[in-house]
Amino acid sequence: MTQRCNRFRFLLSLSAVVLVLLAVCTPAQAAAKLIVVTTTQDLAALAQEIGGDRIAVDAIARGYQDPHFVEAKPSFLLKLRKADLLIVVGLQLEISWLPPLITQCGNPRIQIGAPGYLDASQFAEILEIPTAPVTRAMGDVHPFGNPHYWLDPENGRRIARGIQMKLAQMKPEDAAYFEMRFQSFSKRLQEAERRWDEQLKTFQGRKVVTYHRSWPNLAKRFGLNVIGYVEPRAGIPPSPGHLVELIQLMQRENVKIILVEPYFDLKTPNSVARESGAQVLVLLPSVGGEKEVTDYFLLFDYDIALLQGAFTRVQ
Amino acid sequence: MSGIFPESLACVSDSLRQVIWRGGCALLCSLLLMPGVLCAQTQDDTQERLKALEERVRALEAELRALKAAPPSAPAPAPAPPTTVQAPTGAPGVPAGQLPVYGGASALAKVFNPDMGVIGNFIGATGRNRISPFPALSLQESEVSLQAIVDPYARGDFFLAIGEEGIEVEEGYVTFTALPAGLLAKVGRMRAAFGRVNSFHNHTLPWVDRPLVAFNLLGGSLEEADVGIKDAGVSVSRILPSPGGIFLQATGEVYRGGSGSLFRASQRSDVSVVGRLRGYGDFTESTNLELGGSYARGHNDTGSSFITQVYGLDATLRWKPLRRAIYHSFAFRTELVWSSREELTSTPRAFGFFSSAEYRLGRRWFVGGRYDWSERARNAAQHDSGASLVLTYWPSEFNQIRGQLRRTRYAEAQIANELLFQFLFTLGTHGAHPF
Repeated sequence: MTQRCNRFRFLLSLSAVVLVLLAVCTPAQAAAKLIVVTTTQDLAALAQEIGGDRIAVDAIARGYQDPHFVEAKPSFLLKLRKADLLIVVGLQLEISWLPPLITQCGNPRIQIGAPGYLDASQFAEILEIPTAPVTRAMGDVHPFGNPHYWLDPENGRRIARGIQMKLAQMKPEDAAYFEMRFQSFSKRLQEAERRWDEQLKTFQGRKVVTYHRSWPNLAKRFGLNVIGYVEPRAGIPPSPGHLVELIQLMQRENVKIILVEPYFDLKTPNSVARESGAQVLVLLPSVGGEKEVTDYFLLFDYDIALLQGAFTRVQ
Repeated sequence: MSGIFPESLACVSDSLRQVIWRGGCALLCSLLLMPGVLCAQTQDDTQERLKALEERVRALEAELRALKAAPPSAPAPAPAPPTTVQAPTGAPGVPAGQLPVYGGASALAKVFNPDMGVIGNFIGATGRNRISPFPALSLQESEVSLQAIVDPYARGDFFLAIGEEGIEVEEGYVTFTALPAGLLAKVGRMRAAFGRVNSFHNHTLPWVDRPLVAFNLLGGSLEEADVGIKDAGVSVSRILPSPGGIFLQATGEVYRGGSGSLFRASQRSDVSVVGRLRGYGDFTESTNLELGGSYARGHNDTGSSFITQVYGLDATLRWKPLRRAIYHSFAFRTELVWSSREELTSTPRAFGFFSSAEYRLGRRWFVGGRYDWSERARNAAQHDSGASLVLTYWPSEFNQIRGQLRRTRYAEAQIANELLFQFLFTLGTHGAHPF
């Protein structure tokens, strides 16, 4: 009987400790600014364009890391638990790391389906949507289409509009402010697009090879012709046989540029470039890929200038 | 007739009999004539439908003639670039437009099915081990995962482990994600939050086997393939506020009280409890450290009034440069466990630990090592120790081949030198595991 009482007292005291612990830790006070967390720096840059000083925005993945393989660090939970709005790229880009973070953050506002969860892919033009059955024999294929869609300024505009509508819905008192900022962003983007078009005007239809399938939207928008990939299939490292075929293809088609994302090792692309007489170009798929690329405009400024310079050199 | 009709009808009047007789004949005639009538009706229907179709064909022909006669119209102007974007009308998080349908028209009926995956874990062993022998070749475990969002307030996860001896719910729980005050609750059967490695599924371990300390102090015996604290219960956790960007999380769990050979509930009140406090901090964007302290308490198989208590400390140091995260990384982990087990005449206190390190050599290659030392919970005077070297190859992220050279020195003065090898392969969707 005494032992049973002891057990009961033990459980009671443990429960009390847990309850006190939980009661002491009251949730943080809601800040005046809307707290926005995005999975990538590109979405953070677009959200910042629209939200201005009425939001505080933070991104999880850095622009120079592979967004497919991000470690779901507990420190990201600290960001997510305070967030009012979570904006994701979607199309399974973040499938290997985001779901457990959302589940574990203890923030009901940003759970999938909640008002604070926004999948930006719903606003964009998505390319490479499979029309035939997909299997993993195709590599790490994305069954809902290519998730690197933000690399077309028109998609940037559409995502920005989607974010503006969501922010206006969450903070109606600032709806006019968000609308004004979207109009300003759209106008500046239009002007920038004219500049970028001018820079690449004479290089339309140029053939390039890329490491991963990160660039379909950029290629379509600016008239690049991607004829091959260093990866034989999405996410699968190249085999020697594939590289030999690629070098032959590049020589046959007179391809002089290999575009590589900053998170891939340059050893293989460099050797392909040596054999085929091409140049390797580390093009940035995301804002934050280099220190100076701090917003959505600077991302295209950087990439377009790099492409223009390289095409001019290999002419 | 009287023979046909029952006795009760034999006494009815002749007129009534005639009515019944005529009625029966009429019914029979109707039944005989019915197909003919139906046939006539079907013919009428077909003719009417044919007429309707003929009229539609004539109307279409007239329309076609009119179109051919008309002058060619100017092409439709290109649509203006969209200045507004329609808000999604479907469920949030689902891309606009038609979803690809891969399995025919019925595929849409499957959209609410859980994500499914199967992981095959094939293990082989060579060398001699008389204390804890692995089979030469075995499909040790096939883990089936079924995961989905239950409703706006919860998600469900099932992991069914199909071994050579049957099927077991490895884990099956609902997670309540929309609780107030930042609370997170799990209800179901789970691997307990004791230390780091206890909550790992077999296929996520950085080795083929589990460390000796998991066998000796956390339940199970050396013959079991899968050990550790796992039971049916409730888990509540919360991220605690802390200074300087430190992540601090407290977890409290109550279980039924039965877990391998560690805890045994003789009566309903013999529940076991597990508590864990873990802290995590980033030194740099590439390097981080996680420290944890765990405690478990439950009744053991000596009897309801005999308690086993287990204390644990764990540390994990990770390094992964973000620009080359898919090529190089390093992890060092260690766990220390103390056990106190009440028995009839004594209370053996045992200690055990393991330390391990893994380094990613390249996109597909990993190398690692582990050192084990552990006393036995029932007899602390006996201890086992071991050392392993591990080499792992990834053809892709869904496919893994691993070899482990293991030398174990058992308390029975037996030394086992073995080569373990493992093939892991993933089918379908398998959700990401927590960090």
